[in-house]
Amino acid sequence: MDFDLLIKYGPKLLSGLLVTLQLVSTSIVLGAIISLPIALMRLSKNRIINGIAYSYVYFFRGSPLLAQLFLIYYGAGQMRPLLQDMGIWWMFREAYYCAIFVFTLNTAAYQAEILRGSIQSVDKGQWEAAQTMGMKYWPTFFKIIMPQALISSLRPYGNEIILMIKGSAIASVVTIFDLMGETKLAFSRTFDFQVFLWAAVLYLVMVETLRITWEKMERRLTRHLRQVSDQ
Amino acid sequence: MGETLGLLAFGDKGWGDEILAGLGVTISLFLATLPFGIFFGFLIALAKRSNNRLARLVANAYTTIFRGLPELLTLFIIFYGGQMLLQQLADLLFDGVYVELNAFVAGIIALAFVFSAYASETFMSAFNGIPDGQAEAARSLGLGRVQTLRLVIFPQLVRLALPGLANLSLILQKDTSLVSIIALPDLIRNTRIAVGVTKEPLFFFSVACMIYIALAVITSYFIGVIDRWSSRGQAGRS
Amino acid sequence: MKLFRTIAIAGLALAALTGAAMADITKVRIGTEGAYPPFNYLDSAGKLQGFDIDIAKALCAEMKVECTFVAQDWDGIIPALLAKKYDAIIASMSITAERKKKVDFTDKYYTTPAKFVVPKDSKITDVSAAAMKGKTIGAQSSTIHANFLNDLYKDSSIKLYGTQDEANADLAAGRLDAILADSAILLEWMKKGDGLCCKFVGPDFNDVKYFGEGAGIAVRKGEDELREKFNKAIAAILANGVYEKINKKYFPFSVY
Repeated sequence: MDFDLLIKYGPKLLSGLLVTLQLVSTSIVLGAIISLPIALMRLSKNRIINGIAYSYVYFFRGSPLLAQLFLIYYGAGQMRPLLQDMGIWWMFREAYYCAIFVFTLNTAAYQAEILRGSIQSVDKGQWEAAQTMGMKYWPTFFKIIMPQALISSLRPYGNEIILMIKGSAIASVVTIFDLMGETKLAFSRTFDFQVFLWAAVLYLVMVETLRITWEKMERRLTRHLRQVSDQ
Repeated sequence: MGETLGLLAFGDKGWGDEILAGLGVTISLFLATLPFGIFFGFLIALAKRSNNRLARLVANAYTTIFRGLPELLTLFIIFYGGQMLLQQLADLLFDGVYVELNAFVAGIIALAFVFSAYASETFMSAFNGIPDGQAEAARSLGLGRVQTLRLVIFPQLVRLALPGLANLSLILQKDTSLVSIIALPDLIRNTRIAVGVTKEPLFFFSVACMIYIALAVITSYFIGVIDRWSSRGQAGRS
Repeated sequence: MKLFRTIAIAGLALAALTGAAMADITKVRIGTEGAYPPFNYLDSAGKLQGFDIDIAKALCAEMKVECTFVAQDWDGIIPALLAKKYDAIIASMSITAERKKKVDFTDKYYTTPAKFVVPKDSKITDVSAAAMKGKTIGAQSSTIHANFLNDLYKDSSIKLYGTQDEANADLAAGRLDAILADSAILLEWMKKGDGLCCKFVGPDFNDVKYFGEGAGIAVRKGEDELREKFNKAIAAILANGVYEKINKKYFPFSVY
């Protein structure tokens, strides 16, 4: 441990950590909002609506996040006149917003699939029961189906957040000083390999904290689903 | 449109050959990593099931670390750290020898670490999916430990682990793009070079994304073939 | 054909270890970036060209050693030297106190000042740290320019790029208010293409504390024999006119 180095670059790494957390939480929340209509489109019986949602999901899950980030970041630079006319250049001008934009669209695709799977996994009897009680389609969907679907998808959601934390490290290649960006900057000035190990510890702490609290939360929320025998 | 497509021409003027060469590196890296990743994933799963506490501890720590670190950071650590470690080792053993961990090998190692950490979990749940009675039945038939593993457990394990491994290999295919950052001339890096010269990022990065999607489609096709082959014994029963 | 060659090379590379013993200096491996025109860059055939490369070749001829070139990303250029991937860096690397902690340098082989560049319609005329408050400034990472900005322009937003090209592209795209870089590099860029967007502003920067004593050749610490050989060769090509010829090929003014 080199304490001079730690005093000089430790705080910078922590400020990078904060940027990473902001990037990830913003993208996950925005992605969750967008994922709902996409999941519903995927469940639609209309082939065109389904096809559009399917292409969206396939594009964002089938190509690397890095390529998507480059496409949007550098592509926006090329389309600047158009974006300026539309009045949204201010957003694409900033690497930070570009990254949030790309991460949001990407995680929305993954979250939509999680949501779709869990909605489909809810027992058909639930729909029928609600119907016999005189409930309409949408109230049934939001009050009966969604809560059950969300609980059963807790685990994949947790995994998706972890994947996003890890994936967000590529923001550093488009000039963002997230944890990875600060780490690379510190390394470029010191050539001291230690900084990579510090960053590794910080990422592990982040991911493990999330994993453990998530597991606890999941266990609490699903305790009614477990049978007596496996407690 | 015709003019833009001309950018993909082969030869000195177009970028088609550079992009194809990059695709070659991407595919080679993917194919070279896959067997190592699966093999080490299997070994780690065995270690997790072993009776030896130390083996279990190491295997679990390995999984936690390589599933928790960003792939990009793992790549940097292997690329810079591995090089330093190798050189120090070489300096200890020989005088004035230099060794080099090239970007391709560093890429294989880093990606195989990540892949095997995830794959070990896939193998674990596959192991758990095989009823204990199978091993007991094999033993009562007089099969030895190794024979049981090879003839009874392994074929079922492959079938059970296949969907998980298929998913991981699709992820691996995309993760290869990260090596562009440690100077390996893969699809993404060569695309970036083309963009730097032509100033046509929208076109070239769209092409790159489409190539990755095409790769995913092809890989999924092969996975389907393997899946049908491995579950042929199940046909008609379910 | 290229594809097969790439695969073949990749396959061979699996034998990760390349061993070679260094006895008397007869072969020198030189690391350079290959993305810093006109000093060092790859031509359309994929060959290294530029002022640094020509100087390196002239020095090797003078030292009567056989030189091979290795292209290496800028961010990793010193680590790779330390890891013995090559023996010397000839890549327009400025001789600074910070770098001297890790590597040794020869005497300088050229000096050009750093300058700010802004879009032609920019209203920036004063480039002092106080005047640039709140502005977004770009530079290549791990460079004297990046360090200078990070240390003195604390109220500006600093964006760092892997290559100078990417920083230039973002200035042209309107993402940056200014970039700080080597004036000779910027001069070359502003001659054509997207570089036409922009103009120089403000004075030359050459404070030795940040910008060093000019560009030198970096070698690993303690490799004095190689360093001395380079120093003698630099003096020789300066004296015999070879340097001047190379200078004229690239710049209408003296860069020494």
